[in-house]
Amino acid sequence: MKGRIEIDRERCKGCGLCITVCPKKQIEISEDLNTKGYYPARFKEEHVRDLKIVKCTACSLCAVTCPDVAIDVYRESKDESEETTDDPKEG
Amino acid sequence: MKRIFTRPESLKETQFHYCPGCGHSIIHRLVAEVIDELGIRDRTIGVPPAGCAVLAYNYFDVDMVEAPHGRAAAVATGLKRILPDRVVFTYQGDGDIAAIGTAETIHAANRGERVTSIFVNNAVYGMTGGQMAPTTIPGQVTTTSPGGRVPLRDGNPLDLSEMLGIAQGSVYIERTSVSRPKFILKTKKALKKAFQVQLDDLGFSLVEILSPCPTNWKMSPVDAVKWVDETMTQYFPLKVIKDVA
Repeated sequence: MKGRIEIDRERCKGCGLCITVCPKKQIEISEDLNTKGYYPARFKEEHVRDLKIVKCTACSLCAVTCPDVAIDVYRESKDESEETTDDPKEG
Repeated sequence: MKRIFTRPESLKETQFHYCPGCGHSIIHRLVAEVIDELGIRDRTIGVPPAGCAVLAYNYFDVDMVEAPHGRAAAVATGLKRILPDRVVFTYQGDGDIAAIGTAETIHAANRGERVTSIFVNNAVYGMTGGQMAPTTIPGQVTTTSPGGRVPLRDGNPLDLSEMLGIAQGSVYIERTSVSRPKFILKTKKALKKAFQVQLDDLGFSLVEILSPCPTNWKMSPVDAVKWVDETMTQYFPLKVIKDVA
């Protein structure tokens, strides 16, 4: 199951909690400041569109942890039937 | 791709004023998610405290009535008795509920008021700059206990939730934390149950949530959640304190 996250860089305060919980280590701190003066988190696979090499599994752990509700999670919609246990929201 | 996680509807678009890594905003989101899932948004009334969460009415898209410092349980009692069909919750920090508001809270629990209290415990007075609170743990350095809290001089931390567990009117009391995704999801379940207790008209329910305060603890957000897990839970063990629902 592949996924993608979107980080709202203006909401993010760069606390880094999402980085510590990501099992695939696909989040990092950006090098550019946002308008509030924080270095926001950045999704490493932001511009990767080839699902074969994407590592994000849409586990949602980053979004569950994010204190500023800055992360939206998207999951690949093919093979809907395989959606079973890896969603922590339903676990 | 299908969106599987986004902002709950009961949370406004306003950006949080909380510090980076603060637990308040996680708890706000969980409360909003529970309100959405129970479908009670149009009949929920929140009572925010004095403290860091004083501006909670800027974030929740439900009716809010601001209470004087510590008096949230008394205000909630009045609201619930006048409007028994509404779901009334208080949102209080440890300085609010466990210091100045101890009397109101204990009596509301003892009377078995049909309200839900959310007790955010970060072991310091957050808004005023990190002074020692009743819930500060022994040895913890704050601006008013620079050498660490000494139980002989300053007393031991107050176990408010355990005290409320003894009260006859309390139905559901649980202590959780927001330090890790696993505990965050557990907290959401606890909040849902606490609201359900009120919907079933059973009595008083409270969820105590251990929450990191990186700014006043002088730690990074990552160290702060570790401190909750390793140190704070030794004095405030995570457990269901009372459940007679």
